[in-house]
Amino acid sequence: MTDIAPSAADAAALDTPPPRRSPGLALLRRSLRHGGLLVGGGILFIIVAMALAAPLIAPHDPYAQDLSRRMIPPVWQVKGNWDYILGTDKLGRDYLSRLLYGARISLLIGTVTVLISGTIGTLMGVCAGYFGGKVDAVLSYIVTTRLALPVVLVALASAALVGSSLHGVIIVLGLLLWDRFAVVTRSATQQVAGGDYIAAAKAIGCSTPRLILSEILPNILNPLIVVATLEMAHAILLEAALSFLGLGVQPPLPSWGLMIAEGKQYMFFSPWVIAIPAVALVFLVLAINLLGDGLRDVTAPENRN
Amino acid sequence: MLAFTLRRLVVALSVALTVSLIAFVLLHLSGDLATSIAGPEASPAQVAQVRQEYGLDRPLTVQYLDWLWRAVHLDFGNSFYFRTTVASIIAERMPVTMTLGAISLMISLVIAVPLGIIAAVFKGTLIDRLALTFCVLGQAIPTFCLGLGLIIVFAVNLRWLPVSGTAGWMNYILPSVALGWYAVPAVMRLSRNGMLEVLSADYIRTARAKGLSPAVVVLKHALRNAIIPVVALAAVQFGFMLGGSIVVEAVFSMHGVGHLAWEAIARNDFPVVQAVVLILAAIYITLTFVADVINALLDPRMRVA
Repeated sequence: MTDIAPSAADAAALDTPPPRRSPGLALLRRSLRHGGLLVGGGILFIIVAMALAAPLIAPHDPYAQDLSRRMIPPVWQVKGNWDYILGTDKLGRDYLSRLLYGARISLLIGTVTVLISGTIGTLMGVCAGYFGGKVDAVLSYIVTTRLALPVVLVALASAALVGSSLHGVIIVLGLLLWDRFAVVTRSATQQVAGGDYIAAAKAIGCSTPRLILSEILPNILNPLIVVATLEMAHAILLEAALSFLGLGVQPPLPSWGLMIAEGKQYMFFSPWVIAIPAVALVFLVLAINLLGDGLRDVTAPENRN
Repeated sequence: MLAFTLRRLVVALSVALTVSLIAFVLLHLSGDLATSIAGPEASPAQVAQVRQEYGLDRPLTVQYLDWLWRAVHLDFGNSFYFRTTVASIIAERMPVTMTLGAISLMISLVIAVPLGIIAAVFKGTLIDRLALTFCVLGQAIPTFCLGLGLIIVFAVNLRWLPVSGTAGWMNYILPSVALGWYAVPAVMRLSRNGMLEVLSADYIRTARAKGLSPAVVVLKHALRNAIIPVVALAAVQFGFMLGGSIVVEAVFSMHGVGHLAWEAIARNDFPVVQAVVLILAAIYITLTFVADVINALLDPRMRVA
């Protein structure tokens, strides 16, 4: 017997729980409101899709030479034609097809390099941050030494020693580019390691490897993904530079850096030969960087300025 | 302060020692040195004689210490290709790379520092957003693409500046822009963040409350403190530029040490490669050491690490 009878609307309001913001949903909402992340993610998605579908959508064989069809300009120029939308190179190979297959090389190198360097760097960073003391001093020293080495020069020399090839470039870059992973995971681990849940896990007798794998790693995953994204762009740029200098991916593979190097002698009269792969490279790197910056903003909104 | 300097000196020297070990290993991985020195037509007896004359039959540790002793005295042996001392070739090429690096650093500072300050002063406005967008775009353009683009626009189409070479000061403009561009985003972000941090400090509020003009507050009171981290970064970036000049020197056919190292790698002339790696690393280590000390002098809070 109550004086104030609850209305049907109030009852309904009481029945529905207050809107619960799950962390995943909040993250999704922040992502959808972040312009840079959407643009970067969108461009990257298109490039990845085109790279994966290259055998289906490429109009020609990227390796098929036809010397009677050399240096056809792209379709928007006077002598261009729709058979070769982006024209042909000095050996008469279809530029669009080479560009599509070239995206596969860049993405492959970016991904595998980051897997190798990320594993090395994360392992070093987590150990340095978790154990501290002498381990930290030794690992920081190794990172300092690596930073002192001129990276392009050492990459070129090592690529020449292991043999310039797709595999050679991936191994060399993977073994060289772990420095930022180590620096970032080290400070992230230091922040996490003081947490109560780490102390709790230690108290119930968690082994160190298990503690690192199941308590620390999941909690430093966000900064790690951001570094991985930005380092992927770094690896792609370095591969292009190595291939441009002739010590990276070797012909006839359609690496974008190599396409620019091969087009260099024609750039005075046909600037599009270098402009097309250069623009593709800029778009890919821009997309990955925008995605990485965006991910940093949405996963760590408190660090935004 | 003395303890700090000494500690940093010990680290710098041990990093230099480790780098020298890496350079030594690099040389010995490049193939049998006695065969390389004796030349392709040498008989086995001649190779054996060279091996003995050059002391290549001694234990590797003895060879390393002997080599290190000479390297400290700037004796890097003879080039396999030029048949003169490596030191004399490098001394001949070094001024080009140094000039290129210095002008590039100046260009990047002149662009990046004012841009960072303006972005910080107008934080959150359209100007700030434009500056940050400029940064993201800048990061995505590979040095060699920018270099080739500058050649097409300013050397071929407008004919304002020379395409390549090192004949006069005009030759340095395009390469320096291409190389300096690379450092702009990092320097700009750092000066923007430094400025933002300083502008929110109490003494700036006091200066404003005294009725000083905004220009005096920003340029006289805030800039001094905001610029400290930029000093350290500028030193590090100069080191990176010397290492990265290899790409720019290749694009613009400038005969500096980067170009020299590139050719030497292609010719398997590893005494030269090794010396360039060692010298560039030594310069980088010296620069970061000096920057650390200057930073500690300017800001006593830095002296703990």
